[in-house]
Amino acid sequence: MTKKKATKKKATTKKKASTKKKAAKKVAKKTIKKKKVSAHKIKPGMVFEYDAAPESSAVVNIKPKYDLFIGNEWVKPESGKYINNENPATTESLGKFAVGNDKDVDKAVKAARKAYDGEWGKMSGKDRGKYLFRIARILQERAREFAVLETLDGGKPIKESRDVDIPLAAAHFFYNAGWADKLEYVYPGKDVKSIGVCGQIIPWNFPLLMAAWKIAPALACGNTIVLKPAEQTPLTALLLAEVCQEAGLPAGVVNIVTGEGPTGAALVAHKDVNKIAFTGSTDIGKLIAKNVARTNKKLTLELGGKSANIVFADAAIDQAIEGVINGIFFNQGHVCCAGSRLLVEESIHDVFVKKLKKRMSTLRVGDPMDKNTDIGAINHKEQFDKIKEMVAAAKKEGCDFYQPEVKVPRKGYYHAPCFFDNCSTSDSIVRDEVFGPVLSIMTFRTPEEAVAKANDTQYGLAAGVWSEKGSKVHQVAGALKAGIIWANTYNKFDPTSPFGGYKESGFGREGGRHGLLPYLEVK
Amino acid sequence: MTSVTVKMPGGGRISIPHFPIDMVNANERASSFTTRSIKKQSKMDALYLAIEMTDLTTLEGMDTPGKVKQLCAKGIHPVPQHLLKEVSKNYDFREIPSVAAICVYPSMVPHAVEALAGTGINIASVATAFPSGQLDMRMKIKEVEKCVKDGATEIDMVIDRGAFHQGRYQKVFDEIVAVKDACGDAHLKVILETGELKTYDNVRLASWMAMEAGADFIKTSTGKVSPAATMPVTLIMLQAIQDYYEETGKKIGMKPAGGIRTAKQAVHYLCMVNEVLGTDWLSPDLFRFGASALLNDLIKQIFKQQSGQYYYDDILSQD
Repeated sequence: MTKKKATKKKATTKKKASTKKKAAKKVAKKTIKKKKVSAHKIKPGMVFEYDAAPESSAVVNIKPKYDLFIGNEWVKPESGKYINNENPATTESLGKFAVGNDKDVDKAVKAARKAYDGEWGKMSGKDRGKYLFRIARILQERAREFAVLETLDGGKPIKESRDVDIPLAAAHFFYNAGWADKLEYVYPGKDVKSIGVCGQIIPWNFPLLMAAWKIAPALACGNTIVLKPAEQTPLTALLLAEVCQEAGLPAGVVNIVTGEGPTGAALVAHKDVNKIAFTGSTDIGKLIAKNVARTNKKLTLELGGKSANIVFADAAIDQAIEGVINGIFFNQGHVCCAGSRLLVEESIHDVFVKKLKKRMSTLRVGDPMDKNTDIGAINHKEQFDKIKEMVAAAKKEGCDFYQPEVKVPRKGYYHAPCFFDNCSTSDSIVRDEVFGPVLSIMTFRTPEEAVAKANDTQYGLAAGVWSEKGSKVHQVAGALKAGIIWANTYNKFDPTSPFGGYKESGFGREGGRHGLLPYLEVK
Repeated sequence: MTSVTVKMPGGGRISIPHFPIDMVNANERASSFTTRSIKKQSKMDALYLAIEMTDLTTLEGMDTPGKVKQLCAKGIHPVPQHLLKEVSKNYDFREIPSVAAICVYPSMVPHAVEALAGTGINIASVATAFPSGQLDMRMKIKEVEKCVKDGATEIDMVIDRGAFHQGRYQKVFDEIVAVKDACGDAHLKVILETGELKTYDNVRLASWMAMEAGADFIKTSTGKVSPAATMPVTLIMLQAIQDYYEETGKKIGMKPAGGIRTAKQAVHYLCMVNEVLGTDWLSPDLFRFGASALLNDLIKQIFKQQSGQYYYDDILSQD
């Protein structure tokens, strides 16, 4: 006993002695020469802090002023008008870019027509493929530059532009390059021909990727292009113009006319354009459809969505949480196929929401250039205001609101992730597309009810089904009216897979063999 | 959700849920923890913490009392004294802590006890016919009792994977209960040997079963089967611990073992523990690394952080 006490005393007098006595109690016979060193200042409850890991913006060279890219040359706009481009993360300026008017659009269409009637139109598929492969490789080589530029211009996390946007854009060029000399096999037994000059209008949520989705199949099929990037995010499309130059693409094959709404309208209205491809909001899509209706232009539209993510009680819950998080908070929710409606089986609702809250509290909102950031800046001020407005309106409608306490930078347009629980199908937050990091949650009891609720929308772009029961997944997926159905995953994209919607989400498909059809005449 | 029902020793039944795991998404989530960038001070804290979480292990057929004594000496003072004097001049030097435990075979327990006397370092003994577990249950219990009597303060048992794959869950459960009983005051770590359970569904089921049966820690592997500990398997077990805590209020510890050789890997694991379970688990009481080569790398990284340069390998003892 005395010996034991002595041991204890000795141990405690020494600096930073261990608190563990178990071993000492049992064996205290030998003279003690050594003792456990317990140096830690880290006690339970230590803060594990992430450090800022900002990507350097030194790799990009942003010009003070960008002109229009017509016939492989940089051309000043007829109007002489330039507008300011803003970095949404800091509200700092990223230079100015030209605003094209109808005269500029006409110039671009003429250049495209000349190329179509000339070298490009007569080129063999094999040779066209070479150019596309070249563009794909240059995109890969300059991937870092593109990723940084995309993040600066659009506010999306560098993690996403680096790992998703740019590699996928390159993949689309590679994939379509392979088709260029195999078009006769797209529809076996049929003869296919290119269409002519394509007018393409793309959105601000995936600027380069959407450009790739549009340009790659159009070129593979032998068309020429006038592309109008979104006024919020013109930079990567303009860098892509440089890539086209670098790849030695013949003049006029790809023309890029920046500008706002009227520029797009001029392109849609131009008499010598054979096809319009538009990705963007449903409202503008409807307007374009009206204007195209009286002409002989072909049209494909990829519009909004209010996609459902259906989680059954027999799903792998922890992984479904990841899928729901990725579904709605990927790219700040600026995704046309975002899983913005969560349908969760009533029996697991409480558990699921609890886990969802816990997971959301670990999301990091902030500087998009930081490699740790999960949610970056809202793309531009107008969208930022719209999201805030819709959230405020939904709060008034009486849905249960949750938003984790996360630090948000003071400057720039940041919106913390949030959700509305216990919503019903008639609530506007369930019906209207927010295009932001806002989730609405409803419950269901049976697979039939899940399908009915998922289909109860004017949109029909995508849906997710979460269940470990294969037969149920197939049954439900078959009954859903949506163009893309993911099972036990969400927001996974691949150039071989067609993408497009039902109902007000548009018509036409992009990607895969189906994505070639809008750029071909089938005889 | 389907479940497995097992009889409790004192009568009554409990059901162990078959909680499905999606492999693809689990792997993806686990890999996300490897891309975090951590503040310098937090990294330093994590490296120190990892040393204090280490169960320094030797489990070889050729283990001898001499080898165990050497390992114990290293566990107490991981850095030789002469080197310590030199590095103590470094900026922001803190004393290198001892490890959490020395992990040995049962026959080596008395030698470890002798070498660690009075240090407060735990003596962990593997038991229950480690690593296969293919032995009669009574003899497994005898082995555990002997280890505890010899002075082991922690018992690392293996579950009967054969019985698990046969669907004889009751046997698996009863064994853990009986071993826990034989442990007395000693802490019980239950090794699932995830490399033999193969699927994440099995790992989740076995984790829950072990926790219900009285495990203080759940542990991935023996280190004798490949793959040993992996990030996704550890993630599945951490999530099970989290759910068990939500349901019962009991905090169960976690020990990935085997295959964690670098400080970088250790920091990745700690990031994952922090994000899944929170800071309460960032303590040797609730998280351990079963490792041997890891220790030297942790020390080298600490010296690197402090002095800005790497020390060469031979400067530390290679035990």
